[in-house]
Amino acid sequence: MVERRPLTSLLTHFVLVLGVIAIALPIWITFVAATHDQYRMNQVPLPLWPGTHLWDNLSQTLFGAGLSGTEGAPVWLMLFNSLAMALMISLGKIAISLLSAFAIVYFRFPFRMTCFWMIFITLMLPVEVRILPTFEVVANLGMLNSYWGLSIPLIASATATFMFRQVFLTVPDEMLESARIDGAGPMRFFWDILLPLSRTNIAALFVILFIFGWNQYLWPLLITTDTSMTTIVMSIKQMLEAAEQSPQWNIIMTTALLAMIPPIFVVISMQKLFVQGLTETDK
Amino acid sequence: MAEIKLTDLTKSYGPTEVLHHVEGEIKDGEFIVIVGPSGCGKSTLLRMVAGLETVTSGEIAIAGRRVNELEPSARDIAMVFQNYALYPHMSVRENMAYGLKIRKLSKAEINKRVEEAADILEIRQYLDRKPRQLSGGQRQRVAMGRAIVRDPQVFLFDEPLSNLDAKLRVQMRLEIRKLQQRLGVTSIYVTHDQVEAMTLGDRLMVLNGGYVEQFGTPIELYDRPASVFVAGFIGSPAMNFIPAMVEGDTMVLSTQAKLPAISSYRGAALLGIRPEHLTPDENGPIAIDVDMVEQLGANTLLHGKLNGSDHEMVASVPGHVSTETGAQHRFSVASELLHLFDPATEKRLEA
Amino acid sequence: MLKRVHFPSSPLPYLLVAPQLAITLVFFIWPASQAMYQSFLIEDAFGLGSEFVWFENFEVLWEDQHYLDAFWRTAIFSLLVAALSMGFALVLAGFAQRVVRGAMAYRTLLIWPYAVAPVLAGALWVFMFNPTLGIFPYFLDFVGIDWNHYLNGNQAMALVVMAAAWKQVAYNFLFYLAAMQSIPNSVIEAAAIDGAGPGRRFFNIILPLISPTTFFLLVINMVYAFFETFGIIHAVTQGGPGTSTTILVYKVFNDGFVGLDLGGSAAQSVVLMVLVIAMTVVQFRYVERKVEY
Repeated sequence: MVERRPLTSLLTHFVLVLGVIAIALPIWITFVAATHDQYRMNQVPLPLWPGTHLWDNLSQTLFGAGLSGTEGAPVWLMLFNSLAMALMISLGKIAISLLSAFAIVYFRFPFRMTCFWMIFITLMLPVEVRILPTFEVVANLGMLNSYWGLSIPLIASATATFMFRQVFLTVPDEMLESARIDGAGPMRFFWDILLPLSRTNIAALFVILFIFGWNQYLWPLLITTDTSMTTIVMSIKQMLEAAEQSPQWNIIMTTALLAMIPPIFVVISMQKLFVQGLTETDK
Repeated sequence: MAEIKLTDLTKSYGPTEVLHHVEGEIKDGEFIVIVGPSGCGKSTLLRMVAGLETVTSGEIAIAGRRVNELEPSARDIAMVFQNYALYPHMSVRENMAYGLKIRKLSKAEINKRVEEAADILEIRQYLDRKPRQLSGGQRQRVAMGRAIVRDPQVFLFDEPLSNLDAKLRVQMRLEIRKLQQRLGVTSIYVTHDQVEAMTLGDRLMVLNGGYVEQFGTPIELYDRPASVFVAGFIGSPAMNFIPAMVEGDTMVLSTQAKLPAISSYRGAALLGIRPEHLTPDENGPIAIDVDMVEQLGANTLLHGKLNGSDHEMVASVPGHVSTETGAQHRFSVASELLHLFDPATEKRLEA
Repeated sequence: MLKRVHFPSSPLPYLLVAPQLAITLVFFIWPASQAMYQSFLIEDAFGLGSEFVWFENFEVLWEDQHYLDAFWRTAIFSLLVAALSMGFALVLAGFAQRVVRGAMAYRTLLIWPYAVAPVLAGALWVFMFNPTLGIFPYFLDFVGIDWNHYLNGNQAMALVVMAAAWKQVAYNFLFYLAAMQSIPNSVIEAAAIDGAGPGRRFFNIILPLISPTTFFLLVINMVYAFFETFGIIHAVTQGGPGTSTTILVYKVFNDGFVGLDLGGSAAQSVVLMVLVIAMTVVQFRYVERKVEY
């Protein structure tokens, strides 16, 4: 910063703190709601300061009956389903993208460009615009209500392939030449040199994809009819509907909190990688 | 230990031929430098020997064995790259051991070789560091170490010193030469730096536009350059070239400057004179109107025009010369130090 | 595009691309072409047979006032979301880049909404604006605003815009901050020597220099508002009241899964696909200037 006047400095921090408050407010209110009992959560005005019922709410939500009046799966199972889906999507996507990017960058083979364009075109087809026919395909393959059905149709997307392609292209040619002189074959080069060289990119992409996978909503909503396959993110909507009859905001917001914590934890704990991954995936 | 034979070697990228009928024989233990301006094909030639580029036609033989179709790892070579190409995620030790590990040598043997090489290069204390923790010169040594541990028949160097600063470059140059003499491994070294080429090579292969201009010892190249290109490329400051007309017994450079003919050739020619071969001589035949003076300490460079013409000339005179711009200096030159070239083919005209 | 040196030809590369190609074919290209094909069909009233009708589904769409309204609504919705979240992010980034110590702390505090699922974001906002219980309607009542997004279409729209923009601020903030931090300090110092104060420097130097980022973010935010806000709408308003928050993605879902109008829904999908492709092309034009492929 060029100037250093106390007044501008104060103004700067003032604006930033206001911004942080505005951004954090919804999350704060969620947290507060998760710390009061049901009685308090039905009185106007709602509290803005935490109460003492966080553990009660947590235990009721996680292991108890949860929201009364709904026939949902237990919340711990939903969390597990979400975790399974998020991990399958992120790890699966990383694995197939690494392999195909490796093939496209390091081999010359007939129909290389055809493969490239077939992958590229998926960049333009978000799940929302082809939702009905994709649903039919998954239904015909008998993949409804399964982890495979939840994850595989979301695995193939060009973004990750493109990012790895970019990463591989920045690896100096001499790495490969040197490895060839050392006598390393293609897969050996891939394991010994290419993977270790791209490990920060892999980690960064993992953060992005984990969040992407965890936060999937429309797709799980369509292909899971069995309550035991419900994901935590989906359950919020069902709870909101139930809330119209019996408002149990303390439980709903505790569930929402539980649904937010894993991705927020991943983002905050891997902040540096996340920022790097974000700016590199999209550029 | 091996000799290398290049026979009628040609390289094309699609319809473009970038190397034309390269021939050459390299003796066992010889240090060969391939030198030329950027884009002359010198790196391509080296990479063909390494097996990193395919051969379009012709043959490469190492130790009497045709290697055209062999994988790089099967050619028994080692290569030092311009950017060193160290694996950044491996320690110095792992970098040097990687090729040996793939060849499935025993752990003890690998350790022995790595430590021997590390001692030779004095990098033992860095064995457990990562490349990014090393200075440029140290990385350079690791890259050489990686080549040494393989105990290859041939060393290939692709401009290995060009990323170092000037002082380190001179030092490493000497070390490479000493190392090669000690190990006695046949070596091919690519550079665009003519000083590096002259000091390192037993013999130099000068490449230009994909053609071998000349292949000989540094002194041959300096004393008897085969073409205008070689003459201009070797030596610093570069040779002066003056169009001349050889009529009867005289070479006419300009209305004033005339020299006795040095060969039986008659007609238009290009005369080459090295700046350091111009000797100050008050009665000399060559007069230069000096317009710029560079004082280098040990010698002085006088830039100017050949009197009576527009030809730029440089003379290199030992010691200090005080002069002012516009002054005229006269020089003579021994006739055995003159070079005559055909103006059309730019080839040397022999006496 | 390809390395100077590559491995000798073998069947290996086919094995390497096979998994991705298989998934792409089965779950992307085949369904997308199905959507195209269906968009040319009309099913009879009993769902027993279908007739190939060329562009009739599209003509119907074109004449359907509901669809055209949804189109405009989507445009307004995405512009509002983009403007609100980018504006907010720009101001915050502009101040944050002036902070020497603690910029990282502010960044940490500002990025978490990115991790919140759209449907959750919707749930949080719907809770805060619950007409009977919510904290905001309680305060709004004091200034004489009667908040009920279940009845008032404009309020419903405002709510989904706020929820959608809130979630995207983090993303925009990160890009703006990165762009501002990549401006060389010497340029800012030169402007200061020329006598420009902080405000002037922001408008005359920083803003023009980050305009490529602004353009890039505009496209990204439009795509986000078009496609990724389904969860927010579904949780907050379900497209209502009436159709006042029914945007195109929501309508595709609604007509296809709830209304079971396959041909019409497929035609809407195709229109959306064309829109995505257009936006992707615009985005890549931008990317190509920055990155060398």
